Amino acid sequence: MNKYMIYLNKKRCIGCHGCEVHCKTNKNLPVGPYLCEISHDPLVSVKGVPKTEFVFRSCYHCDDPFCVPICPTSAMIKRPDGIVYIDQEKCVGCMACAGACPWTIPQLNPETRKAVKCDYCMDRVDAGMKPACVTKCTTHALKFVTLVEV
Amino acid sequence: MKKSVYSICGMCTVRCPIRVETEDNKVTWIEGNQHLLGGALCAKGSAGTALVADTERPQQPLIREGGRGAGRWQKVSWPTAYDYIAEKMKKIKKEHGPESVVLSSRGGPWQSMYKTFIHAYGSPNYTDHDNTCGRNTHHASLSLNGVGRTGFIYDIKNAKHLILFGRNMFASLRIAENLQTMDMLEKGGRLTYVDVRQSMTGLKATRFFQVRPGTDYALALGMIHEIIRKEAFDGEFIDKYVTGFDELCYFIEQYTPAWAAKECGIKEKAIKAFVEEVIEDRPKVIFHPGWNLSRYKDSFYASRALHILNVLMGNIERKGGLLIPKGPGDCGVKGIRNLDCPKPDIKRADGVGWKYKHFDKGPGLAHLFFDAMRTEDPYPVKAWIAMRHDPFCAMPDPQRQKLLFDQCDLLVSIDTHYSEFGWYCDVILPESTYLERDNPICVQKGLKPRLAVRRKAVEPEFDTKPAWEIFKQLATRLDLDEYFPYNTIEDLWKWQLEPTGYTMEDFEEKGFVSLTDEPVMYDAANLENQFGTPSGKIEILSKKLDDAGLPSLKEYASPIKPAKGMFRLVFGRSAVHSHGHTINNPLLSELMPENSLWINTRAAKKLGINKGDLVDVTAEDGSYGGTVHANVTDFIHPEAVYTVHGFGRQIPLQNRAYHAGLSDQKLMVGKLDDWDQAGGAINLCESFVVVRRSVRNPKRRVEL
Ligand code: SF4
Ligand code: SF4
Ligand code: SF4
Ligand code: SF4
Repeated sequence: MNKYMIYLNKKRCIGCHGCEVHCKTNKNLPVGPYLCEISHDPLVSVKGVPKTEFVFRSCYHCDDPFCVPICPTSAMIKRPDGIVYIDQEKCVGCMACAGACPWTIPQLNPETRKAVKCDYCMDRVDAGMKPACVTKCTTHALKFVTLVEV
Repeated sequence: MKKSVYSICGMCTVRCPIRVETEDNKVTWIEGNQHLLGGALCAKGSAGTALVADTERPQQPLIREGGRGAGRWQKVSWPTAYDYIAEKMKKIKKEHGPESVVLSSRGGPWQSMYKTFIHAYGSPNYTDHDNTCGRNTHHASLSLNGVGRTGFIYDIKNAKHLILFGRNMFASLRIAENLQTMDMLEKGGRLTYVDVRQSMTGLKATRFFQVRPGTDYALALGMIHEIIRKEAFDGEFIDKYVTGFDELCYFIEQYTPAWAAKECGIKEKAIKAFVEEVIEDRPKVIFHPGWNLSRYKDSFYASRALHILNVLMGNIERKGGLLIPKGPGDCGVKGIRNLDCPKPDIKRADGVGWKYKHFDKGPGLAHLFFDAMRTEDPYPVKAWIAMRHDPFCAMPDPQRQKLLFDQCDLLVSIDTHYSEFGWYCDVILPESTYLERDNPICVQKGLKPRLAVRRKAVEPEFDTKPAWEIFKQLATRLDLDEYFPYNTIEDLWKWQLEPTGYTMEDFEEKGFVSLTDEPVMYDAANLENQFGTPSGKIEILSKKLDDAGLPSLKEYASPIKPAKGMFRLVFGRSAVHSHGHTINNPLLSELMPENSLWINTRAAKKLGINKGDLVDVTAEDGSYGGTVHANVTDFIHPEAVYTVHGFGRQIPLQNRAYHAGLSDQKLMVGKLDDWDQAGGAINLCESFVVVRRSVRNPKRRVEL
């Protein structure tokens, strides 16, 4: 079972796209790939105030991920705690994972010619910290949640 | 080697506290200071790494080779550049007197260094960018409260109701304030938002007034009327601290909510319902008096009206209201030393202090130097040193400015990037980016005042220098050494800290030195002496304005309607750019490579413009225009079009920003002289533009 998830408090999110840049700079990504994305629907007037809600999307770290079995070099790995990540050493950049993922989440890093995707910042998480996007969210709208079985 | 250093962000002039991690002289991580912001940072703050790495910035001093603006540069060493400037400055001093040199900066905590330099050189002409930013708000507060714009801080976190007139705080970010506002909303607080369009801030509002452009003053007057009619003001506070209340009551009689509603294009019922809310929430109600109100011809009076609304609430120095910032003295601590040199006793060339006596003499008004350039009255202006200020990006009509700047024998730009003005200058001195330089220590006033310092995280990537060194070197060459008593930044810090008893080690733990453990509040029932007006009270009728022949309570005049096919041009900011500074930043330009033109759905339909179409936007006289995508939306007033400021840059070496998007200030042709005689600021929202569906919308395209 997935142990972690990222939750967006829509009331606090201001759509500033900070999280996207926090993520990119943490992973030292060049212009091109981005591992999380903030989007919103067009505005509609609710009781006289034009409103919309923001949606945060990274990788879903699927329970049964399509991206893992398709990878010819077994570079895409699901950890026991649920995190799906790419072993950069093994990845050959064939992008089969992107084709298999229903949301085309994995992207090509043009500098390394390898696939990249959200790994819940597992190096940080393993060191007892929170993911980059959560740590630095401008309004503390993002939360890193550890799920417990009851 | 890994390192961690506390510092101050420099991606915008909010200067949030940060902590930076580096490895082998590369920045690997920047976060908001955990002790103050809990890690929070904005997109720009993170993109600081890309600023350092960006090769499309000046990498060493440059001296112009061809004509001004031709973009031909000779790369020179620092000593050569310093000598060049110093020689020119000496010559100008001899021929025209030292007062013919102007120095402009971006204001802020380090301006004493720049001021000291220009004053020591012998010129009174220090100025800043505030004539296109907060000057109206500043002068409004000064005329009423006797303290300037920074004379109050807003206790948003404890407020029950925050009212924002176009203060788009979730795009013009200040992270500490943003966190407070979110906490306030989470506790069930109310947010009323007033603008000509819906913004990121308005999305969070509990009440939204979409007003006709230029009618903020009318709405504020209608609010004052209703609050007074319902006797929903703090009579005790007014009796004690305020003069001119009776005159206000008499004046406001005519400005009913029904009148205001009609003028603004909103519902009377809504204004009345709003006032009912205010009555419930008082005194924990904050009317934000505005930030950049260099906008409409009556923005100064709109800001005064907003201040008056605060006065009616009696919210000064009360929890959830307007608080008086405290300094070292309030904590029983001696303040730091700052560089200083008294202002030479010479008339300012901009007329502030002698021709215009009601304005703050500190930075004067940058746009009023152009008249002196043109007429040589009171004396010629022969040189302009712009310290991180970009007159061409800040003020209207750069084309006209160029003609006037051509009267100068020396134009210098000191900046981390190529500014539009820098590109036209004779010398560019590249300052190291905020991650590559130290700055002097500064005091941050507040309820819990502190000392803060920006410290270098990495060594400069290119041959750039910090400002403290640039000014020291120039001062030495001009024999002004005595005013710059240091050789290294460590000397300067030590000298600054001496009276306080603190040392640099005291900054290590948290990145700042807190001067008190508990917040310092004054007794709200004992605020005498807090208002620096002639009477020591809050003056609704200002003697200063009176002496200048200006009304304190100005009759409302309706803004003119745009002519057919034209729109009022309104500008603003987004959360991912800091005006023109960041447009070329690789990571931020990836997010927002160009601006768009917001246009009302009905207005667009009349012009045959559909969502996503390219539109040509042209200045009134046709001398400048640009083509951008239309953002067709219901949520902007039909008289206005809106765009994000800072785009439309014309510096070929800025590959990403070059000709990307539209420049609002270049569209403001002929508007350099359109300024507020009472508030001092330039009226940046008094321009009208022509909008057409662009012929560049692809229909057919052949390849030959
Ligand atoms: S940084 Fe936070 S507030 Fe900004 S868009 Fe991302 S989730 Fe929303
Ligand atoms: S990349 Fe796609 S398929 Fe793989 S875990 Fe993420 S969302 Fe699921
Ligand atoms: S968890 Fe880490 S990798 Fe995933 S989106 Fe957030 S910052 Fe990026
Ligand atoms: S608001 Fe953003 S860019 Fe401005 S100082 Fe703060 S973190 Fe830096």
